[in-house]
Amino acid sequence: MIAYASAFGAGLVFGVGLWISGMATPRKVLDFLDVTGAWDPSLALVMAGAVGVTLAGFPAALKRHPIEKRSDLNAPLIIGATIFGIGWGIGGYCPGPALTALSNLSAEAFVFVGAMVAGGLAHRLAFD
Amino acid sequence: MVGGVLIGLASVWLLVANGRIAGVSGILHGLFAGPSGSAPGARAGDRLWRAWFIAGLVVAGIAWHAFAGPAPIRQGFGLGWVALAGLLVGFGTRMSGGCTSGHGVCGLGRLSLRSLVAVAIFMAAGMAAAFVVRHPLGLPS
Repeated sequence: MIAYASAFGAGLVFGVGLWISGMATPRKVLDFLDVTGAWDPSLALVMAGAVGVTLAGFPAALKRHPIEKRSDLNAPLIIGATIFGIGWGIGGYCPGPALTALSNLSAEAFVFVGAMVAGGLAHRLAFD
Repeated sequence: MVGGVLIGLASVWLLVANGRIAGVSGILHGLFAGPSGSAPGARAGDRLWRAWFIAGLVVAGIAWHAFAGPAPIRQGFGLGWVALAGLLVGFGTRMSGGCTSGHGVCGLGRLSLRSLVAVAIFMAAGMAAAFVVRHPLGLPS
């Protein structure tokens, strides 16, 4: 029960962070990714802020909860990251922002999330 | 920067309190397609905490709109493009075992080489795709 409340709280804080930073606005994300347009580099600071906190907090947390760390650079990693990046650059949504954007009840958020779930299922059908 | 710090704090929190990596694609796929083999910390048979994390993400948006007013919704961008983008994001993140949060925020935070490579690749691919969609194709955003 406490674990579920904790997961909910983590999602809540994570989601507020996405809205404050502008990550939940596809236009802002595309302004960041499109370096040839009116480039908006501010999302790099968001990433720096987030990674700064995990760099500081993860070593102690991982001692408490060891999680396997792989180091092999295989084809699924490289091809999958390419496919994900293309989808991100087309739509301006990655998974977290798309889920929190369901709250604005836009058709595109629901279509994107449905397609994202279907994409995961397609990968399972093809490769598992 | 403040938003990024909150994202980082939430990620550390989920790891400390739940022993989980705050990788949103992995959390979502674990709920529907099942955890992919390459997702860090993937364990079967644990759906409910994932649903609660996702509920937190959605409630955060509802609270944000109540506080800051409705967010502008993109107009004139075809839902076919949205569906294509979603399919690619879902397929690619399950294949590579992470997204902007799992490989980006968490993987870089634990100095994972796999995550560093994934981030470099999806950033480059995202920049290329955003260029093509906006300039040669001229789609609105």
